[in-house]
Amino acid sequence: MLRYVYGNNLDRYPTLRDTMFLDRAEQFSRRLGWEVSVNSQGEERDQYDVLNPLYVIWELEDGSHGGSMRFLPTTGRTMINEHFSHLTDGVLIQSPLIWECTRFCISPRADRRAAAALVLGGGELMDNFHLSHFCGVFDPRMERIYRLYHVDPDVIGSAGEGKDRIGVGLWEMKPEAWAPTLRRLGIDRRTSIGWFNRSFNRTTPTEMPLAAIA
Amino acid sequence: MQEKLESLCERVQRASDVGDLQAATEQLRDYYDVAHIVYHWVNSVGERFGAGTYSQEWVDRYVEKDYLRMDPVILGCLQRFNPVDWKELDWSSRASRDFLREAINFGVGNQGLTIPIRGPAGQFALFTASDHCDDYVWAVFVDENMRDLMIIAHEFNKKALEFEQGGDSAPVPTLSPRELEAMTYLAKGLSRSQAAKEMEISEHTLRVYIEAARHKLGAMNTTHAVARALSRGLIVV
Repeated sequence: MLRYVYGNNLDRYPTLRDTMFLDRAEQFSRRLGWEVSVNSQGEERDQYDVLNPLYVIWELEDGSHGGSMRFLPTTGRTMINEHFSHLTDGVLIQSPLIWECTRFCISPRADRRAAAALVLGGGELMDNFHLSHFCGVFDPRMERIYRLYHVDPDVIGSAGEGKDRIGVGLWEMKPEAWAPTLRRLGIDRRTSIGWFNRSFNRTTPTEMPLAAIA
Repeated sequence: MQEKLESLCERVQRASDVGDLQAATEQLRDYYDVAHIVYHWVNSVGERFGAGTYSQEWVDRYVEKDYLRMDPVILGCLQRFNPVDWKELDWSSRASRDFLREAINFGVGNQGLTIPIRGPAGQFALFTASDHCDDYVWAVFVDENMRDLMIIAHEFNKKALEFEQGGDSAPVPTLSPRELEAMTYLAKGLSRSQAAKEMEISEHTLRVYIEAARHKLGAMNTTHAVARALSRGLIVV
């Protein structure tokens, strides 16, 4: 299932939390070779994890991390505006309607549903919080995977060579992306909204009895 | 209606003190026909101020009882940045239910939407609309107005940041060359796809540039942003 968890609530899900930071080390440090810091527990954490970001996490059957991504509002501190503004054509990306999405990570234990689940989670955030876009820093080697799930970013800029190449991109949830994403995950929208409501302590509206409509 | 909202937004931007922000909350309350509009700010060193339409009796009561320490809206929204419907907050304790009952008696309303704002350097703020109505009516209101309220909330916050920095007048926003280019094409009447083509970027990227420019210009929407860029002399057509 998908969970939407703010940093200060991660401790409610210790297994999910620990496996997420371990999987991030696996992906960003070992697999992609980014210069990220990995602590003595083998976890990858950075200065943005302490800003109480919102994590969207795909949880596997055994309660461990299957995939995740991290969101921060662009009106506050973001990785793009602090480190990559030279890649955005000089545009400072700040708006209450745009959130930054970073650390898009897929666990080696997860199947193909993980990426679809994250796409869906992004779509739910956009839809429920009336956002217009996500922006983020990504590794161009991930582009093939993004394309596979119909969420290839619009690249605003990129820099570096080889494994050091990094891109700044934009994502949106196109209306036509919902159906294939849900299909790949094998669930309906109602289930997705149910997960969302559960995380945000929303009540799922009950179907109105027919008698009340007639 | 939208035009009225644009002029209210501009009143927020022209505010020169907290009193003007106070007046703006009253006008917004009347515009939306809700019980209350409140803006509550906390700066990086924990200093607070507020502007809003709650009754003096409720404000006095709130301070007297030190409700700030237990108010589920404050506690629940401090750690988030998504818009929060009050129903999503934790009202499970006896104390918080009593607090809600009292707030309703003081006319706060039984429904609320709070927009948490994260500003630079640890500054944060809450912007709230509240009303007396049933869940369905409120859900419709929230769905129709959430985006505008998010935009207005951030205009209040820009103003508060400006007050904190002691600026005597609102700085004229500066747009990057690419943003100016985008706004100029729109002002000339080009469609988004035409403008994107001229700029050799995707339409999607263009829309993000326009959104960034809209935020800087403090406009409610793209048309308003173009009008503001023109009236401020940032672009010439």
